[in-house]
Amino acid sequence: MTAVELTAPKRSSLDFVLRARELGIIIALALLVAVTVISNPRFLSGQSVRDILLNTAILAVLAVGQAVVVITRNIDLSVGSVLGLSAFTVGTLLQNNPGLPVVLALLIGAAVGGVCGVLNGVLVRYGKVPALVVTLGTLYVVRGVTYFWAGGSQINADELPPGFLSFGNASLLGVPMLVLIALVALVVTAVVLRNYRVGRELYAMGSSPQAAQLAGIPTGRRTVGAFLVSGALAGVAGVLFAARFGTIDAAAGTGMELNVVAAVVVGGVAVFGGSGTVWGAALGALLLTTIGSALAVLEINQFWQQAIVGGLILLAIGADRLVAVRVAAGLKKRGSHVG
Amino acid sequence: MAAQLRVRGVSKSFGAVAAVRDVSFDLHPGEAHALVGENGAGKSTIVKMLAGVHRPDAGTLELDGTALALTGPADAKAAGIAVIYQEPTLFPDLSVAENIAMGRQPLGRFNTIDRAAMVAQATRLFTRLGVAIDPNRPARGLSIADQQLVEIAKALSVDARVVVMDEPTAALTGVEVERLFAVARSLRDDGAALLFISHRFEEITALCQRVTIMRDGKHVSTDLLEDTSVDEMVRRMVGRDLDALFPKQDVTPGATVLKVEGLTRDPVFKDISFEVRAGEIVALAGLVGSGRSEVVQSIFGVDPRDGGTVQVAGKTLKPKNPKQAMAAGVALVPEDRRQQGLVMELSIERNVTLPRSRSLSQLGFLTGSSERRSAKEWTERLKTKYGRLSDEVGTLSGGNQQKVVLAKWLATGPRVLIVDEPTRGIDVGTKAEVHRLMSSLAAEGVAVLMVSSELPEVLGMADRVLVMREGRLVAELSRAEATEESVMFAAMGQEATV
Repeated sequence: MTAVELTAPKRSSLDFVLRARELGIIIALALLVAVTVISNPRFLSGQSVRDILLNTAILAVLAVGQAVVVITRNIDLSVGSVLGLSAFTVGTLLQNNPGLPVVLALLIGAAVGGVCGVLNGVLVRYGKVPALVVTLGTLYVVRGVTYFWAGGSQINADELPPGFLSFGNASLLGVPMLVLIALVALVVTAVVLRNYRVGRELYAMGSSPQAAQLAGIPTGRRTVGAFLVSGALAGVAGVLFAARFGTIDAAAGTGMELNVVAAVVVGGVAVFGGSGTVWGAALGALLLTTIGSALAVLEINQFWQQAIVGGLILLAIGADRLVAVRVAAGLKKRGSHVG
Repeated sequence: MAAQLRVRGVSKSFGAVAAVRDVSFDLHPGEAHALVGENGAGKSTIVKMLAGVHRPDAGTLELDGTALALTGPADAKAAGIAVIYQEPTLFPDLSVAENIAMGRQPLGRFNTIDRAAMVAQATRLFTRLGVAIDPNRPARGLSIADQQLVEIAKALSVDARVVVMDEPTAALTGVEVERLFAVARSLRDDGAALLFISHRFEEITALCQRVTIMRDGKHVSTDLLEDTSVDEMVRRMVGRDLDALFPKQDVTPGATVLKVEGLTRDPVFKDISFEVRAGEIVALAGLVGSGRSEVVQSIFGVDPRDGGTVQVAGKTLKPKNPKQAMAAGVALVPEDRRQQGLVMELSIERNVTLPRSRSLSQLGFLTGSSERRSAKEWTERLKTKYGRLSDEVGTLSGGNQQKVVLAKWLATGPRVLIVDEPTRGIDVGTKAEVHRLMSSLAAEGVAVLMVSSELPEVLGMADRVLVMREGRLVAELSRAEATEESVMFAAMGQEATV
């Protein structure tokens, strides 16, 4: 895994469980790829791998943001709609200002998403409404706003500046730009969550909200912050979506929130907060995307994809429970004392 | 010796209830100060004010002569006040070292957390405390005693000058208490001011130099421990005027209706045996957490039991079967009416008739008229004040809600009525109503088992008083034997020497 983790002086059993979890996904991924390649060697061809990575990039950016929120014992269901709004906003801007630099487009997307995220965070925190309900509400509100604005119109690839579209296919040292951006988001978030006080406080809040308050953690600001990150990353994902597909209508990203939550859960982020990593969430996104591609290659009905994803979620939750129970039993037996 | 922390005339009310009224005392460096009082005397509210959780409505806290305005727990921490709660407040998913360092983790390059330093700090603190807890393990799965040690390590890590311990020993075994005390003494001898809250006098005398007694939210006295005695402390804790007398009618008890033998549920209560006869009111007294509510929940079958039998009029009740208990004529009015006793969103009549919806229905349908008739009869008998029977129960006052709960169960015509804290949080007038009602039910031959923390209520109503302490039945006192002192002594594990 990361260099940071490898250089950590001592490995706690906690880290071990998390790492074991991520290892499980990697093994599942390897098995899946192996089986698919045996049946169709072209699955590992350059173009196919590239497609999987590009599709993963968008889902992974969303999953990283979602993981931050889930770690604090909340959830953000509005990310699919925020992605749509951001994609449509940036698409419209590019239509009218073909000279807009890509970096600026990304920043605008992040800003649009960030505003939505702050709205979510404020409603959750200061409205004292569960995140599930708030973000279910904003899911429809944001989508509604996008529909109202777009009407039935659609932005097509030929209306977007070629510079922007080529960014969607560009590579740096052989790695697609979209994947690089996802990696940057992943690494930065992972380092903050693991090595900065702010990040640890997010875990603390998810682990025990009451204790977090008593420990003097500014839980209000942190909650809003977590939603801001999730929203901003959803906004960035919207720009990536626009660059990758070139065609944007008001329905862009519909239903995506469920894939994102699935990736996060499969990736081992506990739905009750306090544990899990963004690495796991990103791996979850990679696994889900790979399953989709593999089933197509194996010529298995798309219908099965949903059933398999569902089964994976149950398996992931079951495995987490099992590990948790065994770890708890182990910790009790061992007693709290060294040696 | 200059006082470290002064509590100056603080008051705090929650709604209409004054939890703490004009309380003052001083904590001195290098001294352990005990804070004692009955349940509800206001000790926990004082703790929460010191922790920065509650802000006093009036009065001030002074640390080293300067006024403290604590706007939140972070302020209290910054001021050097550490609070160790009865239930430790750790983050189960995080490592022990991280729990100790949360918010003040040692930083290294680029302001990242220096994990090695953090673990070293925890190890250093544990060495100082003389305990061997692995700093790298997650807090999940630690015993309560070890969790408390982690909390103390937290307090040490900030060099807390005032350490507040809210009943830290309640869940500990003897050895663990000894270890905790050794740590507390060394903290005290290093110059920290300790505020120690406990119900156990032997612990107070073992650790503390000074004691403050509270009663009904008010300060009663602060003395050096050597200038007072356990007897004196107990008298001051309970010594209120017994002006509110309760009209228990004299009834000659009939046959045994409820018989409990060897009832056990590890580790909550053990080997509880008693009988309640028809026409008798038996009170189950003891401190909060002594297992009283758990016993009655187990009798009713809401909670499981590990062993023992419950008989109602000779018929043995199966464990975990409230339906059978109800059929046998047992009614339980639970402690927390909002959570367990009422459906707040439903109407008064629906709530009253809920346990009998089957017997009131015709051909399987509930008819409004039969519900209304029955509800009207019982609410009138209990003198419940309400607008319309169709109003939501949530709109009623606390006392009237309690009457609806009572009506609901009395309407089932119980042979055994179990009431858990029947008058908690209701006004004096309604209290008298409830007492009158219980008395008249007993006169009609109902066997009443009452859990109550209010001593005057226990003494006024009960024909017999059973006292529980730490999950065991420790005393059975007849009406003549039961006094405030004898009940309190039994509840706190002291010999009655008055």
